[in-house]
Amino acid sequence: MSRTDRNVISIRDFTRKGLEDILELAQTMEGCRGEPYLTGRILATLFFEPSTRTRLSFESAMKLLGGEVIGFSDPGLTSLTKGETIRDTVRMVESYADCIVVRHPLEGVARYISEVSKVPVINAGDGSNQHPTQTCLDLYTIQKCHGRIDDLTIGFLGDLKYGRTVHSLAVALSHFGARMFFISSPQLRMPEAFLEEVRANQCECIETGSMQDVLPKLDVLYATRIQKERFPDPVEYEKQKGIWRIDLAALSEAKKSLKVLHPLPRGLEIASDIDGTPYAQYYQQAANGVPVRQALLCMLLEAGPCAS
Amino acid sequence: MRILKVSAIKEGTVIDHLPSEVTFKILEILGLKNPDTLITVATNLQSKHMGTKGIIKIGSRFLTPTEADKIAILAPSAVINIIKDYKVVEKRPVSIPDTIEAVARCSNPNCITNHDEATSKFFTISRDPLKLRCHYCERVMREEDVTIL
Ligand SMILES: Nc1ncnc2c1ncn2[C@@H]1O[C@H](COP(=O)(O)OP(=O)(O)OP(=O)(O)O)[C@@H](O)[C@H]1O
Ligand SMILES: [Mg+2]
Ligand SMILES: [Zn+2]
Repeated sequence: MSRTDRNVISIRDFTRKGLEDILELAQTMEGCRGEPYLTGRILATLFFEPSTRTRLSFESAMKLLGGEVIGFSDPGLTSLTKGETIRDTVRMVESYADCIVVRHPLEGVARYISEVSKVPVINAGDGSNQHPTQTCLDLYTIQKCHGRIDDLTIGFLGDLKYGRTVHSLAVALSHFGARMFFISSPQLRMPEAFLEEVRANQCECIETGSMQDVLPKLDVLYATRIQKERFPDPVEYEKQKGIWRIDLAALSEAKKSLKVLHPLPRGLEIASDIDGTPYAQYYQQAANGVPVRQALLCMLLEAGPCAS
Repeated sequence: MRILKVSAIKEGTVIDHLPSEVTFKILEILGLKNPDTLITVATNLQSKHMGTKGIIKIGSRFLTPTEADKIAILAPSAVINIIKDYKVVEKRPVSIPDTIEAVARCSNPNCITNHDEATSKFFTISRDPLKLRCHYCERVMREEDVTIL
């Protein structure tokens, strides 16, 4: 991301260099609290859909650097339920805040807001499309555990069809020469369009239905929850939900340096006997959301280390 | 030659080399189902290159760039002939532009362009086969998903 980029909407907007700049700045934000980089700045968080981790970590990131947060997490309480257009909402909010974070159930809302807003916009999730700050923190976590992102072998497990974090991370990793295994049932395979996009960047992609075959090769296992809310048919969900379950015994075949990531909340995919082991990185991953978001806020608001 | 005489136009547009099956669709998107000008339409004409083809001749009317883009998406083989004083003065093969605005509807029902005031916009990622990426929801539409506005 260069200083002139005003928004964080989609991982597709970023080059490898842009991603590396974010990770580098996040590193310097590690443990950064009480620095008055964002004093006097206000972040508006517009959550038209529920979120715990993302909203709280944005608030924490802003407040740790001296900033303030306004916003809502229940659109039922706003005039939007009275039929106000998104454009009018943005017209109002941009005069109250220096930056907007938005999550919305419709795909493309963050992009649209960034086109009508005078202040920078961050996409915190638009339907099943993008969640770029999650991808940044996933990359940051991988770099932190392995000291690099290049030339790693990554296995994606679980709901590869609907999981937007998987789609975005695979696209981002395709800039880093990753080898990727997509482990899923036939019903929840990675969509063809994403496989094509990743392969276009000369990355090796292999789809498989068997975890045991690929586990010994992996540096990172990125597990995802089977999302009940995405299934049109509850019977199908019941069939799918317990298919993947990794416990400590299953990891006996894995490299000692394997790291297990998960965007959380988890379902049945990861047994709790992994939690305290060096494999488990998902709590650290959630914690990494704070320095990564501190970095992004400083970049967009041209504050602290990014002041011009 | 006889056909040409019957349908000759002094000024206007001849859209040639249309796949037969999209000829009437193109009339529809050009708003020419109830025309107020002279229009000649033919389909299933024998064509050396295409097997059969369609052709639309419209008197006293020239196409806008947006209309030409719509034709390009449905019929990449089409040629737009500009007629002045009974002669073909310009031949414009259509081409699918890199950015397509306000021309097609996004096939994703959950896309903002199908709900709010945002105008549809696509980036062409492949012409043959046709693949368009929605600027908003980022889904890829193939030819069979495309609806012209
Ligand atoms: N004055 C006119 N009125 C109606 N139609 C016309 C007129 N002049 C030409 N056309 C039609 O426009 C199309 C293009 O004319 P042109 O003379 O360029 O034919 P062509 O050499 O076969 O072109 P192409 O190589 O594109 O097939 C033909 O289908 C022709 O019948
Ligand atoms: Mg001809
Ligand atoms: Zn769309």
